[in-house]
Amino acid sequence: MSWLVKTLSTSVGKKLVMAVTGLFFCCFLVVHLLGNLTLYKGMETFNGYVDHLHALGPLIRVAEVLMLVFALVHVTTGLMLTYQNYMSRPVKYQMNKSGGGRTLGSATMPYTGIVLIFFVIAHLLGFHFADHETQTVYDIVSHAFSDPVVVGYYVVAMLVVAVHVSHGFWSAFQSLGVNHEKYNPAIKALALVFSLVVGAGFGLIPVYMSLFI
Amino acid sequence: MTKTINLTLKVWRQKNSQAKGNLETYSAKNISTDMSFLEMMDVVNETLILEGKDPITFDHDCREGICGMCGAVVNGRAHGPEKGTTLCQLHMRHFSDGDVVVVEPFRSRAFKVLKDLMVDRSGLDQIIQAGGYVSVNTGGAQDANAIPVPQKIADKAMDAAECIGCGACVASCPNASAMLFVGAKVSQLALLPQGKPEAKERVVSMISKMDELGFGNCSNERECEAECPKNISIENIARLNREFIKAGVK
Repeated sequence: MSWLVKTLSTSVGKKLVMAVTGLFFCCFLVVHLLGNLTLYKGMETFNGYVDHLHALGPLIRVAEVLMLVFALVHVTTGLMLTYQNYMSRPVKYQMNKSGGGRTLGSATMPYTGIVLIFFVIAHLLGFHFADHETQTVYDIVSHAFSDPVVVGYYVVAMLVVAVHVSHGFWSAFQSLGVNHEKYNPAIKALALVFSLVVGAGFGLIPVYMSLFI
Repeated sequence: MTKTINLTLKVWRQKNSQAKGNLETYSAKNISTDMSFLEMMDVVNETLILEGKDPITFDHDCREGICGMCGAVVNGRAHGPEKGTTLCQLHMRHFSDGDVVVVEPFRSRAFKVLKDLMVDRSGLDQIIQAGGYVSVNTGGAQDANAIPVPQKIADKAMDAAECIGCGACVASCPNASAMLFVGAKVSQLALLPQGKPEAKERVVSMISKMDELGFGNCSNERECEAECPKNISIENIARLNREFIKAGVK
């Protein structure tokens, strides 16, 4: 086991940890979005989807535990990297300009990441840990999104997710060593499409719910 | 006719590695636009010497863009605003009359400022000493064509070998990471048959040396690639990651 710990605790190892856990969450976003799209078909379809999901029983528990562990690893490694990177230049430049490499996503990774920690906690408290005895999940969703403040907050949070994954998705491939002149344009295009789909896909749901339900 | 310009320089002055430095203002008058940035600095230094002041210390050697000795952060950019250019090859025609130019040393925890713009980049040498070589037995040289190397691979290895070890990647990286340097040095050897036998030990020891010296972590910001005077691609960082994964699982 020590070779694994030793490998993953190096600078490149930590990148690999961020890449693998990050891609895992990208996959989760796809599954979560596909499930959420059932909201457009109305209450019965959505509650039916929720019932199907809960019927998986132990599998859901395993997925939840895995996500919690991955989230803790992703967040602690990310915070550690941010701290180490900040410390790696004790005297800052008086004048600092970009040579054109950075993007909005890459330059804001730690900040969007920190915002997302708070968002995920609030989201879990509002939905996952809400009272599921007296109300269906659809009731929780439609009630939450009847408040324009909540809708606005969710839309902003989804934009933050889109910015975070716009760098994270491409970056994960680079970290895993997947950089090939033939496939780079496709990976970059996929990263852009992915961040747009995630941002628009999740972001439009609260708007739709507040306007049409 | 030669065009001349006048500039205001704000240069980082620091007596020694312990001293606290600060930006000092100098005027550079009647600078020919045909001069290189370092020649402009020479003119300023001659004026300082005539005034009985301490000239600005900066590193330089070949002044042909191939030795990797020069380098400073000019107006927030490593080696100045031109792409694929070392500081000695940056010409004053890229500046305008009346410009204010801020000149600072390359900054990283691993690069100690020795004096003014001169920094200790021996950390990069230590990384090379940790594994950036091939062990070759002495004896008669073997036939040049004995080990066939595809042209494409040879070209990639040569592209990586263009790295002059100036440290601009570290200076321009928001995290002061040396990943592009290490990526290039690992790649130039890993791509060729001669580098394969020691590939695993090389990548592991070079990365652990880099971490030990206090360079930052790479977060794929691509600033290194944008500022590298030799246009080294981050493809080499991906190869470094691949080599590291291979070494880890083997």
